[in-house]
Amino acid sequence: MLERAERLDLQPSHERELRPVEIRLGEASFVADRSGALWHEGERTLLVADLHFEKASRYAMRGQFLPPYDTAATLARLADALARYRPKRLICLGDNFHDVEALGRMAARDVAAIEALASALELVWISGNHDPDMPASLPGVRATHLELDGVHLCHEPRVDAHGAAEICGHLHPAARVATRRGSVRRRCFVSNGARMVMPAFGALTGGLNVRDEAFGAVIGVNGLKAYVLGRQTIYEIGDRHLFSD
Amino acid sequence: MAGFLPSLIELSSARRNQERAIHTLYISPLKALAVDIARNLETPIGEMNLPIRVETRTGDTPHSRRARQRRDPPDILLTTPEQVTLMIASPEAPAMFGSLKRIIFDELHAITPTKRGDLLSLGLARLRKLAGDPETIGLSATVRDPDELRRWLVSQHPRGSLAELVIAEREEAALPDLKILETARAMPWSGHTTSHAVPEIYEAIKKHKLSLVFTNTRMQAEFMFQLLWNANEDGLRIALHHGSLDVSQRRRVEEAMSAGKLDAVVCTSTLDLGIDWGDVDLVINVGAPKGASRLLQRIGRANHRLDEPSKALLVPSNRFELLECRAAIDAAYAGEQDAAVSRTGALDVLAQHVLGMAVASPFKADELYEEITSVEGYRDLDWETFERVVDFVATGGYALRSYERFAKIRLTKDGYWRVSNPRVAQAYRMNFGTIVEASSLKVRFGGRKPGATTLTAAGRPIGEVEEYFAETLSAGDTFIFGGQILRFEGIVEDSVIVSRSSATEPKVPSYAGGKFPLSTHLANRVRAMLATPDDWDRLPMPVAEWLELQQKRSELPSADRLLVETFPRGGRFHLVAYPFEGRLAHQTLGMLLTRRLERARLKPMGFVANDYALSVWCLGDVGVRASEEPGFIDRLFDQDMLGDDLEEWLAESALMKRTFRYCAVIAGMIERYFPGQEKRSRQVTMSTDLVYDVLRKHEPDHLLLQAARADAATGLLDIRRLADMLVRIQGRITHKALMRPSPLSVPVLLEIGRESVYGEAADALLEEASQSLIDEAMS
Repeated sequence: MLERAERLDLQPSHERELRPVEIRLGEASFVADRSGALWHEGERTLLVADLHFEKASRYAMRGQFLPPYDTAATLARLADALARYRPKRLICLGDNFHDVEALGRMAARDVAAIEALASALELVWISGNHDPDMPASLPGVRATHLELDGVHLCHEPRVDAHGAAEICGHLHPAARVATRRGSVRRRCFVSNGARMVMPAFGALTGGLNVRDEAFGAVIGVNGLKAYVLGRQTIYEIGDRHLFSD
Repeated sequence: MAGFLPSLIELSSARRNQERAIHTLYISPLKALAVDIARNLETPIGEMNLPIRVETRTGDTPHSRRARQRRDPPDILLTTPEQVTLMIASPEAPAMFGSLKRIIFDELHAITPTKRGDLLSLGLARLRKLAGDPETIGLSATVRDPDELRRWLVSQHPRGSLAELVIAEREEAALPDLKILETARAMPWSGHTTSHAVPEIYEAIKKHKLSLVFTNTRMQAEFMFQLLWNANEDGLRIALHHGSLDVSQRRRVEEAMSAGKLDAVVCTSTLDLGIDWGDVDLVINVGAPKGASRLLQRIGRANHRLDEPSKALLVPSNRFELLECRAAIDAAYAGEQDAAVSRTGALDVLAQHVLGMAVASPFKADELYEEITSVEGYRDLDWETFERVVDFVATGGYALRSYERFAKIRLTKDGYWRVSNPRVAQAYRMNFGTIVEASSLKVRFGGRKPGATTLTAAGRPIGEVEEYFAETLSAGDTFIFGGQILRFEGIVEDSVIVSRSSATEPKVPSYAGGKFPLSTHLANRVRAMLATPDDWDRLPMPVAEWLELQQKRSELPSADRLLVETFPRGGRFHLVAYPFEGRLAHQTLGMLLTRRLERARLKPMGFVANDYALSVWCLGDVGVRASEEPGFIDRLFDQDMLGDDLEEWLAESALMKRTFRYCAVIAGMIERYFPGQEKRSRQVTMSTDLVYDVLRKHEPDHLLLQAARADAATGLLDIRRLADMLVRIQGRITHKALMRPSPLSVPVLLEIGRESVYGEAADALLEEASQSLIDEAMS
């Protein structure tokens, strides 16, 4: 953790006071980052889920001209997280591309940025339901799932996990946190101690409330913890403050 | 009715062609009004056996009948602005409107200051082109600035052309009889419940045949209805009418009204517009009227016989509102209307219209530009902006030109813009219009079935509430709706699930305050009244004493200066300012002041605003700082706050995101409905926030952001009014450093904690929730 503390010194003063938020899963320990990425210090590995590159251009095909900057914005957010952690490995947890033709619509500059990434670190693409076939021309290792420090990594939650430690994506968790003063809805990590679902990292990917039925079978209803993405840090929120939309 | 007379004469005398086309088009903002007028028109036509066909066309008209109307149009068509938009975008438009002679716009003043009016004015330009200058008639009961409407009605080529002005004769004797209701209980310091006046309101209702009780918000209507019902010992027939109630429920009230089966109706502006449903002999206006024109319009509901004066009672709910009511009465007797704010046509609306015109038939850019600049609201539109709008419609208008191959409209070699494929036209017809409802949720009874964890709804919806109100509720909270106290159970899909509650008082108070900001004109009158102690003998004793005390302890806000007070209270240091510019402008000012005080390290904790004043409270002593640092207060209110501070705040403001969402939907970036699929509006909320963030970072000058900023300037943030005020008070600030709260500050201080505190409380709120998690774990 020493290195991280030193790096934090480079941040503006108001960020220095913030403690990293640790999430334990089985025997493994991770740090939740405010960007929505997850850091494993021992393996020097950064995880991100649901990048959904080229979502905007997919909508544009149907006549809804969303800003064609989502891939660039997602890559910029990623570059910022990479600069803060300097990992030796980056694992993308599936739905990295919004659809199988996404790479064909991607701007050359963005493709080059991904290629540069692959030459600087070990880049692992786990496939998801949006991108079952990762484009062959893209550099990087391909996988459907992985093990990291005893934790199973995959895109969709396994039906047969039987309480084994698992990190997945797919569901785009968001939390609505309500107190007497009002309510806030933000992306979040959500965990029940054995399984954790990561927030979607893509710039235009919305969130599904962790109180939605879809989460019930995956993560349960009680004893949840949401790690909510604030502007400067992660807030750990207990389940009595989590509300449906 | 008189507006139709020339049309009836022409239609019954002219030799009829076999080819039928619309002769007269009548457009009303309310479909109920169109249906009403049609009924009134059919009677004389039937009695005189005239060969004239009158039909209505609204959103409720069956599809088959609309298709038939396109093939075989009636002589007189009564319709709504939305249907005009739809009809002119159809290929049959030239045949339908080719021999149109007359267009009648009813309640024109209610449409022109809105985006709906922008779209209608563009539609009018197209009708002018199709019909070759038909006669246009605008009907309006209250007009702020006749010239504005006169320009609206005719082509602005040449600029400044005016329609003829006809003023209906008015009997001298018919001056309205306006009074402020006197109450036995003392006038409250603040709040909007007006519960102190219930006995007198009830007595007034008893003495009249049919009373309309107007309130400014739905929640106030709910509250007043409940109070009157509690006081109803004589079994008076009192009903409730507001826009959140289910349509069938509203219709029942309207029918009962015209059948003379009611003694009073508590209502909001849904009954403002010109429908006469009964023999109303008293209008009671609860709360401040907010503008002289609004007051006149409401009074107009009472008693249409010209030989008797209209009768209205004004019921202020607090001391400031009393001043405002007094000012409104003076203005009404002086025959003054609120000052007009000239409207510039919105760019998102223009984008929608451009697509609609391409759907109608291929267009040449320069010809369409000529047509559009003939409209009053768009007469100053420059060619470059117009080109950007066309580019936006075609491919999204991005500097990064990556959507060329997905273009919705394309420029072909012959110089015409054409839609790329039939899907574009289909999607346009599903998404046109400017009415983007604040996301609302249906209210239904329901609960958990035994043993089930999920909520289920039972029965029909009883009405709708705005999404943001529902979001403030937690399970178990009680609130008033439809005249009863309901318990909030939860939200399932697009419904708020509630159960009946036996509670006698709702736990969650209504969102207080008037929805309409105080008009500039009335604000000036209130300011002038405060500055003229000679006038105070017209005010009730306690109110006059209150003002005298303010004069003694601090100072009265003068007509041309800004009064700022600072004083300590309860371990905090307050700064109270009295700009009288309306709640919206004050909220924006409060946000900006909070930022500046933060930078001055005075640790502001929150602020609250009402229509007249705002208060910011800090941990640091603002008064001491102001005395140590000459010019501190002047710099605090410097107009440069509208630069970077505003920009920075807007970036994160939820209001701005909501404004952007409306623009994105109207301009067609986001389609709410597309063939074969309905996208729920809750999802739209989420994704437009993300779109806004990405767009702001990567293309801050994008057309849609420009449109959203223009809306913010006049809409929810009222920046234009704030800017005018900051300029006016430059070098004219009076600062009073006091040892305790001034009499005048009491009303705004009392609102602290009643309204939610605005600001970037989001992270603080998360912090609080995480702190209580720790408490939960440690206890």
